[in-house]
Amino acid sequence: MSEYIYEYDMPPGRYVWMGNTAMVEGALAAGCRFFAGYPITPQNEVPERMSQRLPQVGGRFIQMEDEIGSISAVVGAALGGLKAMTSTSGPGFSLMQETMSWAAAIEVPIVVGEVQRTGPGAGIVSLPHHSDIIQAHYGGNGEYQVIAFAPATSQELFDLTIEAFNAAETWRTPTIIFSDSWLGHIHEEVKVPPLDELKKRVIPRKKVAYDAEGKPLKRQQYLPFTMYDKKAGEYKISITPNITTEYFPEWLPAVTHTPQSIPNEFQESSEIMVTNINNKILANEEKIVKIDEYFTDDADVALVCYGLPYRTALRSVKMARADGMKAGLFRLITVWPFAKKAVRELSQKVKKILVPEINIGQIVIWVEAAVEDGTEVKPIPAISRLHEPKELYNEIKEALN
Amino acid sequence: MSLPPYTPERPRHPYEDMPYTGRKFGQAFHLFCRGCGYGAIGQLLCRVFKEERLDEKKHPFIVGVGCYSIIPLILPGRIWMTLHGRTLPVATGIKLANPDVTPICLAGDGDNLSIGTNHFVHACRRNIGIVLIMLHNNIYGMTGGQAAPTTPHGMNATTAPYGFLETEFDAVSLAISAGATYVARWTTAHPRQFMKSVKKAIKWKGFAFIDMVSQCPTYFGRKNDMAQPVDVFNWIKGNSIPINKAEGLSPEELQGKFIVGEFKESPREELSEKYIELIKRAREKKK
Repeated sequence: MSEYIYEYDMPPGRYVWMGNTAMVEGALAAGCRFFAGYPITPQNEVPERMSQRLPQVGGRFIQMEDEIGSISAVVGAALGGLKAMTSTSGPGFSLMQETMSWAAAIEVPIVVGEVQRTGPGAGIVSLPHHSDIIQAHYGGNGEYQVIAFAPATSQELFDLTIEAFNAAETWRTPTIIFSDSWLGHIHEEVKVPPLDELKKRVIPRKKVAYDAEGKPLKRQQYLPFTMYDKKAGEYKISITPNITTEYFPEWLPAVTHTPQSIPNEFQESSEIMVTNINNKILANEEKIVKIDEYFTDDADVALVCYGLPYRTALRSVKMARADGMKAGLFRLITVWPFAKKAVRELSQKVKKILVPEINIGQIVIWVEAAVEDGTEVKPIPAISRLHEPKELYNEIKEALN
Repeated sequence: MSLPPYTPERPRHPYEDMPYTGRKFGQAFHLFCRGCGYGAIGQLLCRVFKEERLDEKKHPFIVGVGCYSIIPLILPGRIWMTLHGRTLPVATGIKLANPDVTPICLAGDGDNLSIGTNHFVHACRRNIGIVLIMLHNNIYGMTGGQAAPTTPHGMNATTAPYGFLETEFDAVSLAISAGATYVARWTTAHPRQFMKSVKKAIKWKGFAFIDMVSQCPTYFGRKNDMAQPVDVFNWIKGNSIPINKAEGLSPEELQGKFIVGEFKESPREELSEKYIELIKRAREKKK
């Protein structure tokens, strides 16, 4: 029923929006027209705003019976032809893992907004804690890859949500937006660009696939799943099948299948499927990964961080620079896939790497694995709180002595 | 890949000359046990599809996980296999995204009454336009004959070797009390009635639920001293009571019986249509 889908309608300008609101507006700007969710603090503003805004742009909102139902409905709507997302927190995210694994296996582009809270168990809903970073990647059964973005401001929640939808469309894998209970509730300025500018940034959902000569593909030529093109040496990711177009396969299985969507139990088939869904992301690490570097050219010590700690770290690095200390900041805008190559290059420039995280140290393991030449890596954990700028400043000072 | 058409002639009698159509792989093979009722159900659905000339884009089959997950070897149209118990939320997503599509969900008793009961109850309550056919064989066949929520009290299963202590689930009463608008139950001994019901359900505006009782000779029959497939079939047939005859009977007399028939037909507004109205309302309010 595409006649009921309308364009993004927020007038361009400057708004003061809560982080969760900015995420919703970013999703709508990216063309998200389906949301299924279940109430869980601290993400409640996301479904609340979605229920109000989605009908205004012709989208569909439904509050499901649980998180499993929510993400399953999102998968259904995604292959039903709409860009779809859900959002959740802590325990709800655990419930979604089963379906995320399945979505990765059948290559459905879905977006999950994960407004993290303190765990384990029910935890504390009002404190920030990046406790689900590893779970997002390794939470589901089987081996698969996700793409995860870690914004740090309301503006980034708007912009990176658009990027997350683009990444999901391009790479056809579950994409996660890591927010947390403080980031989700910060009220900050968000600039909404004009519609024509937004349209240039958004990758739309394609309904027709074309071959190299630009002719529309017939059903027989179309491959529903990713395949390795030996001649070109790259992974060919076809457009997402849509249940209402001719491209939908005869049998779309939840079990191991070939790129032609034929389920079977051969070892070769499993090897091809698992390799394809993982390597389409890993082999394209450089295209997917987004990083940001501040003062790292001549730095002796670098802070590696993502999400909210980046704001604290930036301040402490500036304080250290003002005192003549050669400190730098390396920010992971995408947490997954991990920016192995960029971190390795960083480790060749600096003598010490500090990893401030608001958990007991989840990404620091990956930094240690990426470092080759014996650069010292030190975690700076903070549980359910943000670091003080002075605290990180002292760590930098100590590292340089 | 050009596909062979499904069986050209209509069999004269539902139980006479009932081939497994095997549309997808020619008429090469099927994977059901001998005497299993699911092949027959697949064949009946093929015939409904053909007789009603259904558009495969408008009526995708959403299939869960169970013995019947290999029914796509028989079924026409498009089949999307989902995770165990998640057929209904996936179909909810499809239906809301495309109100002109009516997904036909095939779920097992384990899917629907055990792992996915929550989704089942809420789909009934929402009255969303989905057809749910619950394939009900009283046991978990695919995993090796474990007790299911539908295993009758006192019957045996591999996880109930001394008899099942619990009381079985009555999916029809559950669906009625949860608010489904079309509810029916048939068994493999009632193929014509089942086909009629499916035809009605596909055109039904709202949530239509059909409980389809089927025989599992390999596990349910073997564990319960029914040596031949026909014994299980006869056990189901003998325990079926039409709804009009069941009215006068006491609950004790109805214990362990399958009451068959159409239980409820009370139309109510359908969710995805109401949602389109909501979109119009929300846009007007914004102006």
